[in-house]
Amino acid sequence: MENKIVGATAPVAIAKSNLQKVLEAGHLSVSAEIGPPMSGDRQNVIDKALHLVGIVDAANVTDNQTAIVRMSSIAASYLALQNGVDPVVQMTCRDRNRIAIQSDLLGAYALGLRNVLILSGDHQSFGNHKQSKNVFDLDSVQALQGLDKLMKENVFMGGSPLKAPIDFFLGTTANPFADPEELQIIRLEKKIRAGARFVQTQAIYNLDRFKSWMERVRERGLHKQAHLLAGIVVNRSVRSVEATAGVPGMDVPQSIIDRMRATKGKDGAEAEGVAIALDLIKELKEVEGVAGIHIMAIGWEAIVPTIVEKAGFLPRPKV
Amino acid sequence: MIIANQKSMDEILRSVKPFEKITVAGCGTCVTVCMAGGEKEALKVADMILLDAKASGRAVEINVTSPIRQCDMEFLNDREDELADADCILSLGCGAGVQFMAEKFPDKVVVPGINTSFIGVNRDLGYWTEMCQGCGNCILEKTGGICPVSRCSKSHFNGPCGGSHTGKCEINDETDCAWQLIYERLKRIGQLDRLYEINETRDWSTSRDGGPRSLVREDVKV
Repeated sequence: MENKIVGATAPVAIAKSNLQKVLEAGHLSVSAEIGPPMSGDRQNVIDKALHLVGIVDAANVTDNQTAIVRMSSIAASYLALQNGVDPVVQMTCRDRNRIAIQSDLLGAYALGLRNVLILSGDHQSFGNHKQSKNVFDLDSVQALQGLDKLMKENVFMGGSPLKAPIDFFLGTTANPFADPEELQIIRLEKKIRAGARFVQTQAIYNLDRFKSWMERVRERGLHKQAHLLAGIVVNRSVRSVEATAGVPGMDVPQSIIDRMRATKGKDGAEAEGVAIALDLIKELKEVEGVAGIHIMAIGWEAIVPTIVEKAGFLPRPKV
Repeated sequence: MIIANQKSMDEILRSVKPFEKITVAGCGTCVTVCMAGGEKEALKVADMILLDAKASGRAVEINVTSPIRQCDMEFLNDREDELADADCILSLGCGAGVQFMAEKFPDKVVVPGINTSFIGVNRDLGYWTEMCQGCGNCILEKTGGICPVSRCSKSHFNGPCGGSHTGKCEINDETDCAWQLIYERLKRIGQLDRLYEINETRDWSTSRDGGPRSLVREDVKV
């Protein structure tokens, strides 16, 4: 169903995003990431987007990830959209209060951006502005709830009316490997109740643990209330897999590290990194309740088309 | 209690250097207990200022006084004689004490000798941790008596972020994840169901965000 904006201006169709249409049609979605540059270099974003045209259904555009200053997610998302990729605007609660979150998203909406992924945001002590203040006026559950109300009831978080409706495809993140598991599941349930309609997971390496987490998710019926997109990271070297294993909240089994360590040279490591990703995808797409695969090829975006093709995901559905 | 930490001696000496008649004012309440700015510390700091002045051949006159509380005008009035004579008052009170001292003596230079750190508790000898940010809207009944505003690095109200790991916060391994503590405590007291409630968007106007705060209680006014 398409909503229409009515009023003094000519009616404008509020089209659903490609990602939403793919998921709602029941296809397994395939998405990737566009990391905005640490500069105002628009060509950098355009090049990354062009690699993904026709390859993925959507691409996350990160919001100052690991608290490192980069081009804004909304600006980079707009460049991606103009160049044929359906972007997922990421919005953290770290840097903006409710005034800025709502204002920025009204702007995003006006630019035609339709997917929004709400997340807490890495603490600024990770990044390159450790001296900064953080905001956290809202947490991600509250941000989702407030935005859901803005969309459904046309009321701003402060209570005043929104004059023309907006409709985003709202998403969030979940980490199957953070603990305590029970509490993380409760929180995911709250995020979905608050308005998240799709959920991207932290990178999965430990399939057994992910499968047991998905059992908990299914017990509570969460996979039926939101589209769950399983995340994977693609590593190209021993160093990269070791670094990934060191990130808080990541669970990389020793067997994966050993597979990378057993390789010879750059080509060998890269081939194994791709093979690991394909093995993971093969299993993940069979897990009941997984609605999509989200590929994070950090620092190796150019490999995404190869992985998508080898995984048998091409051509992407036209919806 | 307010927890504070003494400034470096270098910084203290630099700020009092231009003055000849200095009164070092300790405070007898919180900062005495946390050993940052009580009478004992005031005497020590006074000795250091004297030594420094001697070493550089400057003449100084140092007084030490320690009102019971610098945040109470009544106690500042009690010590007026010892304070009124100085060119510079080095206050070892918390931020409130330093400012009240400056209000009491509007024509004098008043400088701080400690950094006010937080509202917290003493866990062990020489070990204090933050427990409250004075946000003005306490929800400890919902969170098993553990404050997510002050003890979660992101002040989350609805559970931990994805960075919590083996009960520790993503910012470092020494910091407990407040939500892990809340979860364990609610489980223990049979209130786990509280975690399913969504704590809605919060009104921060009771906190610093509403501007500098004041409190008027008619019932205790004379």
